[in-house]
Amino acid sequence: MSKFITLCLAFILLQTPAIAQTFAITGAKIVTNNGAIIEHGTIVFNDKKIIAVGETTAVTIPDAATKIDGSGKWVTPGLFLPFSQVGMVEIAAESSTNDTRSNKSPFSAALLAADSYNPKSENVGITKIEGITRMAILPTPSRTIYGGQGALVNTSGDFRSIRNNAAFIYVQMGETGARIAGGSRSASWLWLRQSLLEAKAWRKGREPAKPLLNSADAFALQNVLKKDLPFLVQVNRASDLLALIDFKSDFNNLNVVAVGAKEAWMVADELAKADITLIIDPHDNLPNGFESLGATMYNAVRLHKAGVKFAITNLSDGSFNARLMPQHAGNTLATGLDWDTAFAAITKVPAQIFREEDNLGRLATGMIADIVVWDGDPLEVMSSPDLVFIDGQKQDMTSRQTRLRDRYLTIGDENPLPFAYR
Amino acid sequence: MKNTTLSALALGMGLLFTQSPTAIADEAPYPSTYQPIASNSVLLKDATVFDGLGQKFTNTDVYLVDGKISAIGQDLEIADGVQTIDATGRWITPGIIDIHSHLGVYASPSVKAHSDGNEVTSPVTSEVSAEHGVWPHDPGFNRARAGGVTSMLILPGSANLFGGKGVVLKNVPSRTVQGMKFPNAPYALKMACGENPKRVYGQKGGPGSRMGNFSGYRKTWVKAVAYREKWDKYEADLAKAKPDDKKQPTAPTRNLQLETLVDVLKGDVNINMHCYRADEMAQVIDMSKEFGYKVTTFHHAIEAYKIADLLAENDICSAMWADWGGFKMEAYDSVRENIPMVHNAGACAIVHSDSGVGIQRLYQEAAKALADGNKVGLNISKAQAWAWLSSNPAKALGIEDQTGSIQKGLNADIVLWSGDPFAIRSRPDLVFIDGALLYDSSDASKRAVSDFELGQPGEGDVK
Repeated sequence: MSKFITLCLAFILLQTPAIAQTFAITGAKIVTNNGAIIEHGTIVFNDKKIIAVGETTAVTIPDAATKIDGSGKWVTPGLFLPFSQVGMVEIAAESSTNDTRSNKSPFSAALLAADSYNPKSENVGITKIEGITRMAILPTPSRTIYGGQGALVNTSGDFRSIRNNAAFIYVQMGETGARIAGGSRSASWLWLRQSLLEAKAWRKGREPAKPLLNSADAFALQNVLKKDLPFLVQVNRASDLLALIDFKSDFNNLNVVAVGAKEAWMVADELAKADITLIIDPHDNLPNGFESLGATMYNAVRLHKAGVKFAITNLSDGSFNARLMPQHAGNTLATGLDWDTAFAAITKVPAQIFREEDNLGRLATGMIADIVVWDGDPLEVMSSPDLVFIDGQKQDMTSRQTRLRDRYLTIGDENPLPFAYR
Repeated sequence: MKNTTLSALALGMGLLFTQSPTAIADEAPYPSTYQPIASNSVLLKDATVFDGLGQKFTNTDVYLVDGKISAIGQDLEIADGVQTIDATGRWITPGIIDIHSHLGVYASPSVKAHSDGNEVTSPVTSEVSAEHGVWPHDPGFNRARAGGVTSMLILPGSANLFGGKGVVLKNVPSRTVQGMKFPNAPYALKMACGENPKRVYGQKGGPGSRMGNFSGYRKTWVKAVAYREKWDKYEADLAKAKPDDKKQPTAPTRNLQLETLVDVLKGDVNINMHCYRADEMAQVIDMSKEFGYKVTTFHHAIEAYKIADLLAENDICSAMWADWGGFKMEAYDSVRENIPMVHNAGACAIVHSDSGVGIQRLYQEAAKALADGNKVGLNISKAQAWAWLSSNPAKALGIEDQTGSIQKGLNADIVLWSGDPFAIRSRPDLVFIDGALLYDSSDASKRAVSDFELGQPGEGDVK
């Protein structure tokens, strides 16, 4: 081989960020979210798609595939955070690093969470190594009840990790929304309805004389209505949930998703009839406001019995500890919820909410290869991921936290060097 | 107990009629009126037992008599007619003790009127006491009991350099705080490092920096030392004075703020200090040596893993979360292995909640920390990890001779779990406090309903 060609090859290798690789994880317990768990399964995938998944005896492994022994391991779809701010904030208390609120901006509904997303944030890394591969991120409502438009992102940490920068809109109602909108629920519901009526009627050059919305917010809302994007609404009190059902039907069966919904079990049949999906946090069982006096961890199991669909997440911390989502789902098992429903609530249901059910949230041929290999049942708090794949790419399992840990793990050793050199 | 010894000394010195700070403390104002709830003997049979001291026993019985642990062992002999509960396949542990709770002082619902945990009017408020802020009807107490919590230290918040006294409570429903107060438990004094005091007081006269924090602590300790000397002198003068002397020594005016600090200097009140950063904890340790007191427990201690050896050397406990952090700069270096790394260095590790939600699942916090530690090669057993939840906090609170482990003669503060408490499907089936069954997952009549929840949606519901 000439020196020139060798150089060229070396150059090409250096320039290729990630070589397309085919992986085969063999002999694992595989949760596909399509029917029963496969006890001795094999899954084959590359950076494009899942190529095959099934009983080990029924799957052909290409010769070129890198084989990973999955015996004793669980393999699942990547977890999907349905409601978070990971990557929008580094340290919540340091305003210079916190891009979740825009209370001095003239805009609200038009704000894009994606513009605030930093894939290199420490919080993205610590979230990923807990098995979460996809996230819906959103802005916090501050000046109006509209937080803005949410994005769908992956947790790879790559610069290009935004999949959809206007995937849904988020609205704050309930106690907090009432304060923002002027002091009462009367004010917040009227504001919400009036703003949508105004957005619908808005035409360029024919703005209302004294508009409630500015043009950017109006056009953002128009877009949401036109595309029927998910309309995430935070409400907790049973009566607020009933008001939400009325609102949905008044606005042409709007694609409403209720967030919080602590008293949802009290109106479960009505929610099932209205076909409203929820995003709930089972740990939220304290009556910490007068809008959540009925809060209980049994919300999930009662909703399931009534036929209401829900995703589960950690609503008390959307950035640093959003990663605790599987623990929040796992605890519903003690209330009688079945494993499949609890696990679907952190994988399949979020994918359905954000219209990604054909790409994410399940393991099936042709779907995106977001795959996690666990050392045990992912809903057990003592389990953790060994490997994470996003878009078929094997992920780095270190984070700033694991680096700090490793530096001090050897404390007491007779190493004369300061820790800064270790 | 230290209190008793001091009291005896004071009496021996003929100080019966004086008003020295010690004598006042011994009179114990706001005394506990707690009485164990009447209970029958019960035998819990054939369980897996974590004794809270690091041991695991299988197929073992625990026998509760008169509110105490009467015996632990296999095939125990019991009196005729004693109720026996088959605990096959289930686990028994000591009740969980949360060393960092704000239940009652930041009660549910979290309306403005319930903000009673920080006296944010001055950076030094060692004169206030959490027991005067606790609302016994906080529904959070009942939720915590359903999570196996039998005792708690209720602390003031961390806005102030000296936040005030914390009080140890039994997790029993009562109309009064005194009715929950753990008999003979020493008080705790809450202090705070770092960001909170300087943020709260930066624009209100200071402290406005970590330097200001330290000068604030030190100036106050100097006053406390002088106050103690004033009382010592008075007591010495009194001891010398004869009854017919014309001029009798007059007692100094009591200063509640300094009185608490003198009790710390005497070792009667435990220092519980909110501190995140390792370097700051090391400075605090030196300050305690400067003034001659001991830090019992650092709370939150996000960076304890960086100085675990120093903490072990100084015999200081760290009360930690399994995996929370990141919300402010001083919490940025949180690692998931903090608790097991502190344990591994031979220091005292405690799992704490600081949360009305977290307190309900402290056992899962221990489970997560344990799994994370073992995954990086630390070799800690579940039975050892239970010490983080019961015997270590009991020791740090000075109540280890009464609760926190399963030993003959200790209070029957016991949880019977539906299975391995570190498994996700397990929850407490039964919770006994001083032998009384105060929670039964399968019996609605054994689920306390607070006054606040009576007649509200969700009254008496499973939670």
